[in-house]
Amino acid sequence: MSQNSKIMDKETIRRSLMRLAHEILEKNKGVTNLCLIGIRTGGAILADRLQKCIREIESAEVPVGVLDITLYRDDLAIANTQPVLRETLIDFDIKDKKVILVDDVLFTGRTIRAALDALTDFGRPANIQLAVLIDRGHRELPIRADYVGKNIPTAADEDVCVILQEIGKKEDEVIVKKRGDR
Amino acid sequence: MIGWKYGDLLDLSDLTREDIERVIETAKAFKEVSTRDIKKVPALRGKTVVMLFAEPSTRTRISFELAAKRLSADTLNVTVSTSSAQKGETLLDMAKNIEAMNVDMIIVRHKSAGVAHVLARALKPGVINAGDGCRAHPTQALLDMFTIQERLGRIEGLNVAIIGDVLHSRVARSNINGLVKMGAHVTLCAPTTLMPPGIEKQGVAITHKLDDVLPRADVLMFLRLQKERQEEKYLPSIREYVQHFGLTTEKLKNAKKDVLVMHPGPVNRGVELSAEVADGINSVILEQVTNGVAVRMAILYLLFGKKEKVS
Repeated sequence: MSQNSKIMDKETIRRSLMRLAHEILEKNKGVTNLCLIGIRTGGAILADRLQKCIREIESAEVPVGVLDITLYRDDLAIANTQPVLRETLIDFDIKDKKVILVDDVLFTGRTIRAALDALTDFGRPANIQLAVLIDRGHRELPIRADYVGKNIPTAADEDVCVILQEIGKKEDEVIVKKRGDR
Repeated sequence: MIGWKYGDLLDLSDLTREDIERVIETAKAFKEVSTRDIKKVPALRGKTVVMLFAEPSTRTRISFELAAKRLSADTLNVTVSTSSAQKGETLLDMAKNIEAMNVDMIIVRHKSAGVAHVLARALKPGVINAGDGCRAHPTQALLDMFTIQERLGRIEGLNVAIIGDVLHSRVARSNINGLVKMGAHVTLCAPTTLMPPGIEKQGVAITHKLDDVLPRADVLMFLRLQKERQEEKYLPSIREYVQHFGLTTEKLKNAKKDVLVMHPGPVNRGVELSAEVADGINSVILEQVTNGVAVRMAILYLLFGKKEKVS
């Protein structure tokens, strides 16, 4: 039997994202020069939601882009089959912008490392800040998030699954389960 | 999605419909890379790709080279006409010597059918067929299908006419293979002397009149009249060929308004296509070239993901 524990539900996710939006606006003193870039797939959905939260708070539109980091992964050469590649869609210039990089779960930090490399290929932003819904620890690189929805202590053999309506699931939730249980 | 199984790309007959769809899907993502300011991603950093071309080529060679470079691979060109082949070295020996220098992928073009297969069996690095005689040119067919999919949103159910020197065309053979697999209705249109006997067994219709295909076609794919392969007399005269099989603005009026006019290049202007048609609004010839880089990036990316060779 799998031992899944639900650590966030629909409402807590919604409140967390709203708080993150407030923190982003507070630290950046509004939306001037701000843009959101979500890492496929979970981060891209969360970036869209943050855009909506910011619209509610400030009545202002922040541009949103989607980043696929596959080609920048450090395990491409050792992975057994090539991961499926999807489009990167950033239709604005990130030069001199304050980029809020959005991901669902911060774990080893390797995805973020790849995303930073990818972003620098698109231009030189004024700064890059990191917003994540979950920080589960176990970093393998010196990377930290500027905005965290929830810190969750986990064991290395656990998986954190962020389940979102946009990917065809019934209701938002965050679940921690033992690896191997599906 | 299932994994990519192949370490070589020799012929489209090795690929399933799902494989072709995967290439098209992957190429879509790579097309964006070429529109960036910095047109380079680190995916194949440290890999070496060798281009072994024993036949003239501009488009295909440059396209492969750009594709490899935009993936950060190192590339080198071996032009067989200026190599030690002149001293009598066989192609296989040359390839084995190149292999001995630890390269990762060999892209080969040769005037004889089956050369890519021979190399793939004998060598450890992956092999991509960039055209072998009249047999196959898989990446050209893939980029043609990518262009059709991108422009018309689908391939299944479309009427595709392939017109011209089918007999000598590896582009036609690979396209027939791919398009039939993808569910298109393919009609070949050529003079009897340039129509390979028995080709209708591959699930295509044949005709000898351009008028038969013009009104219904969603895609008109013209083939280059291969003058270098015309030692025997296949045609009474080029002028007669142009009259019956060349596309002009006048004849284009009988086609669907938004028909795609394609050509793998190089175009013999005034033969397969009049200059106005080649540069006209229905022509997607240069888009095919743009898409070629994206499709070849996708192929390199997918092939490098496979560790063990199949062939």
